[in-house]
Amino acid sequence: MSKAVIDALVGRFPAAVHDPYVGVGGDDCAFVRRESILEVCRFLKAESGFDMAPYITAVDYLGQTPRFEVVYNLYATKANARVRLRVKVGEGEELPSVTSVWRGADWFERYCFDMYGIRIAAHPDLRRLLMYDEFEGHPLRKDYPLRGRQPLLEECEGPQDVVRGPGPANRG
Amino acid sequence: MSHEVNDTEVETKRPPQPSPLDAPLESKRMTLNLGPSHPATHGVTKAVAQLEGETVKDLKIEIGFLHRGFEKSCENGTWTQVFPYTDRLNYVSSINNNVGYALAVEKLCGIEAPERAQYLRTITSELHRLCDHLTLLGASAMELGAATVVFFAIEARDLLWDRLTELCGARLTSNYCRVGGVTRDVPEGWIEKTLKVLDRTAEVRDEIGALLLRNRIFVDRTRGVGKISRRDAIDYGFTGPCLRASGEPYDVRKANPYLVYDRLDFDIPVGTNGDTLDRFILRIEEMKQSDKMVRQCFQQMAPGEITLKDYRYVLPPKPEVYGTIEGAMAHFKIIMEGIKVPKGETYASTEAPNGELGFYLVSDGNGRPYKLGLRCPTWGPLSALPFMTVGGLLADLIPVYDSINYIAGEVEQ
Repeated sequence: MSKAVIDALVGRFPAAVHDPYVGVGGDDCAFVRRESILEVCRFLKAESGFDMAPYITAVDYLGQTPRFEVVYNLYATKANARVRLRVKVGEGEELPSVTSVWRGADWFERYCFDMYGIRIAAHPDLRRLLMYDEFEGHPLRKDYPLRGRQPLLEECEGPQDVVRGPGPANRG
Repeated sequence: MSHEVNDTEVETKRPPQPSPLDAPLESKRMTLNLGPSHPATHGVTKAVAQLEGETVKDLKIEIGFLHRGFEKSCENGTWTQVFPYTDRLNYVSSINNNVGYALAVEKLCGIEAPERAQYLRTITSELHRLCDHLTLLGASAMELGAATVVFFAIEARDLLWDRLTELCGARLTSNYCRVGGVTRDVPEGWIEKTLKVLDRTAEVRDEIGALLLRNRIFVDRTRGVGKISRRDAIDYGFTGPCLRASGEPYDVRKANPYLVYDRLDFDIPVGTNGDTLDRFILRIEEMKQSDKMVRQCFQQMAPGEITLKDYRYVLPPKPEVYGTIEGAMAHFKIIMEGIKVPKGETYASTEAPNGELGFYLVSDGNGRPYKLGLRCPTWGPLSALPFMTVGGLLADLIPVYDSINYIAGEVEQ
């Protein structure tokens, strides 16, 4: 059933959707060009009923150009159909956010940014998800070592005293 | 770590005051930090709440305090060495993680475990589902003040763990599945003992239901709290009990049956309101269904092999390893280099107690995973927590936090 969806996609976006294939176990997948992913996702949600994005992740194919690949696993609840879209993203290239299509994609895109360094354009709150803010580098990249060391952070200041309000010049 | 304190909000909200007696009571926003180490959060999660009086005006969730580099560690071990890592994801129901990962690797290899192994995997998954729901009901009741419930729940859970210790060797981190089967067959008399334990668990479950669902305070604290509509739940990527409580009957065991779920007769409880009370009631109902499933499995299970006889993926038995050249070679290859999973990628999902647990695997044909992506079932509900709780009271935040049942191990990988 998802094959029909992929065929409809290829028909509707011939330039953007290319190389559809049937993956291991019968998954229906296709590659999508980076610039058109938002349009394709909007089409899938509005026309084909793919109302859930259970999993969006990224893979680092070090040595290939473009280096990264962002994988969108989508699910249609009424039709019980699954589809997988793969988007190749180069280093330094930006990917449009799909949070306007599925609000649940928020944290998955932050994860892609945090772990791989893939910038997401128009994301409501793009900051690191699992690592702390001052972390340097992107851990799941293939060139980040398994036991990478990080610089020592300075102690940060505690919150300013709110309760007392404005006081003498050197405290307010 | 950045601390969010809004000084400017306080300053600009002060209206000009004619006289101290006529001054309206001004409300200042207070920033309250719940966590990372907090008795009511089920794990280390930081929630920064902006409060006006008792109303939550804004909520920001920060995770990452238990991030242990699961995905990176898996990329540096063999395919079989991943199993102990998966145990520690949702550590309350570890067999479900094992099964999810084993099924994903088997999908990529194109193999299937023998029938008895599938029955054993189903039985142990459902037993661990019972453990997970018991833990949640106990812990959340305790946080809402009903301290008796947790002792009942832990008694039943301990009995289940005793059975699982006999089978797997460990109470919590079972490491029971392998690619192509399971590690051990059931010991003598295990089935009879487990049936007795299931009877006791059913009694405990009914007592918990009676203690909680007829308790005025519990019902008042959870009814209508943390409501989320069906459309919003789907949009946020909810799966599992949280989604079914909102009215969407999506269960991977029925939608995309795996193991032996297509041969079992069970129902999927579905809620109506999408509030916290529904999520709790739904879990009690799911425990009834799990009990039914395990009993059916015991009746249907036939004697047989517990692993595939394919020595490309499964370790040969020790007599063969020490007795034949092929056995020794196969053993050496699997241990030193890892299973050779064919090149490719796949996404496979199973129904863990918290929702759809998915694994996205990429293999480059070697013995180590190239990429192992974990789809955590509770990222959706956790990211929707501000949506569910903003506008409510601070006291309502705790039941919602509990009903999501996020386990820090799988959220933070």
